[in-house]
Amino acid sequence: MLNAFVPLLLDSLANAALIFFAAVGLTLVFSVLKILNVAHGSLYSIGGYLAASMCLFIASHHLDPHLSFVALLFSAVLVAVVLGPLIEFSLIRWISGKSEAIQILVTFGLFLILEDLQRIIFGVQSYYEDTPMRLLGTTTLGDVVYLNYQLLLIGMALAVVIGLRFLLRSTRLGRLMTAVVADREMALAIGINTDRIFLIAFSLGVFLAALGGALSTPTSGIAPGLGADTMVLAFAVAAIGGLGQIEGAALASLIVGAARVIAIYVAPELDAVAPYAVMLIVLLIRPYGLLGTVNIRKV
Amino acid sequence: MRYKLAALALFALAALPVAVPWLQFVLTIAIAKGFAALGVAVLLRAGLISIGHAMFFAASAYGVAFLSRAGINDLGAMLLLAVLFAALMGLLVGAFLVRYRAIFFAMLNLAISMVFYALCAKLYGITGGTDGMGISIPTIFGMTPAESTFKSILFYLALALMVIVGLALQLYLDSPLGRALSAVHTNEIRLEYLGVSVWSVLLIAYMISAALAGLGGVIAGFAVGRVVPDFAFWTASGHLVLIAVLGGIGGVAGAFIGAVFLELLHSMAVTVTDAWNLIVGVALIVVIMFLPSGFYGLLKRQKAPSL
Repeated sequence: MLNAFVPLLLDSLANAALIFFAAVGLTLVFSVLKILNVAHGSLYSIGGYLAASMCLFIASHHLDPHLSFVALLFSAVLVAVVLGPLIEFSLIRWISGKSEAIQILVTFGLFLILEDLQRIIFGVQSYYEDTPMRLLGTTTLGDVVYLNYQLLLIGMALAVVIGLRFLLRSTRLGRLMTAVVADREMALAIGINTDRIFLIAFSLGVFLAALGGALSTPTSGIAPGLGADTMVLAFAVAAIGGLGQIEGAALASLIVGAARVIAIYVAPELDAVAPYAVMLIVLLIRPYGLLGTVNIRKV
Repeated sequence: MRYKLAALALFALAALPVAVPWLQFVLTIAIAKGFAALGVAVLLRAGLISIGHAMFFAASAYGVAFLSRAGINDLGAMLLLAVLFAALMGLLVGAFLVRYRAIFFAMLNLAISMVFYALCAKLYGITGGTDGMGISIPTIFGMTPAESTFKSILFYLALALMVIVGLALQLYLDSPLGRALSAVHTNEIRLEYLGVSVWSVLLIAYMISAALAGLGGVIAGFAVGRVVPDFAFWTASGHLVLIAVLGGIGGVAGAFIGAVFLELLHSMAVTVTDAWNLIVGVALIVVIMFLPSGFYGLLKRQKAPSL
């Protein structure tokens, strides 16, 4: 029993960690900018494509394979630095303060554009490059074999939770962000450059999405349609935790991971249904999510 | 003037497949999507955005497939039963969902439609999984037409339904019940104080919108001859909202103008480029930026309702 259960649990924890990267960016952007970015899943898959391309480049030019770890991180930074400000300046700034319908539609338009751009640039074949995973090897504990890479993923997710908490609670930038979330007009009135805060928060969200995509490529590869799949999953997780709640997103990722494990045990065909079923149940009982509150949106 | 324009457009639509036969399928699909987009537009009037209406579209198409499996093969009966099924589903789902607004309404619609999608894709024994289910040619008054004849009948039936349902829906939108929708958008609390039950206004609208999406689904199912889970995927729902906004939510014609425009553009664009979604995405953003009441707003002199 234990031998069968533990790898599944670890799988789902690693999976939860990947979903968490996408969901936490979505929730961060929503909490600061009050915009639900439907194109968020595409940024995840762009990060993945870029990382896979770089790793393949490293492999084909016989460079030091350890560089691929740098490539994973670098591709996420690149996506955040290039696409973050570009999207924020051109579209997000313009739709902030407009109705939700317009915000959803414009970002849906962006999603369509980004999906096709990926197809044009990276083609329709799937990429699979597992150098980083092979380099880390495996750990055997009892009869169970772990992929060290999965442990790394879980560690990274924990680091993001702690890092974001530190950023928001203990740094000047984070305190400014919290102020903008609490009262946008008042923040503006006392001289906080809200446009700058929005730009930074949005780019940070893009970075987290791209990082999730980059980290996912060694385990699961990347293929067209990943952006659309990731989007709804990230959306579900963010909604379960409460939109705008970072700890909520972490908790929700764990719940969705657990729900998947249980589904795989009890009724394997319901594996894909589990995240949405959990979302539905949670939202019908608590429409503001597990950690969300009606009036107060905390970072 | 408006009636002349509408009659001219209808005549052009009816004549087009005679001149260019391959357009018949494109236009049938366009009208089917137009019905579904019209359903989305009804809710948009109340400020409610649903990213899940493709579920009703798919549900009635699956309904048709199940009916044909159960031995009911009459076109009229299938159409009626499948639309009724979508309406009932709308009543059930709507009873839970119309309590919510804005982002939460959008999210819950998405969640339910994704549960539906995942179930359709995974329950291989019942729905045929991702292979979907075939929809064979139905009988009409006891006769089974040849495939090409049936596709023509389907197209003109869709066209006729577009006029009849469109007119009926216009009556609904002009009735106090329909007017209440934009009032919900403007000031819901005031409406409650006037003694109108916002919950029932929205529930009726939700049911009608589900039935419209269902009608579209039946037509699309027959036209394609197969229903697959992808009918219900969230991007399909997003496209329905897109069509509604592109055409404009001001009037019934908007959704169909949007759908026909988009499908025609699509069939022309695929011969030139693969980047179809890119074009649609840019078009959507441009329309929202410069034409907030859609193509329909262009036709109307006075200010048409917008998002």
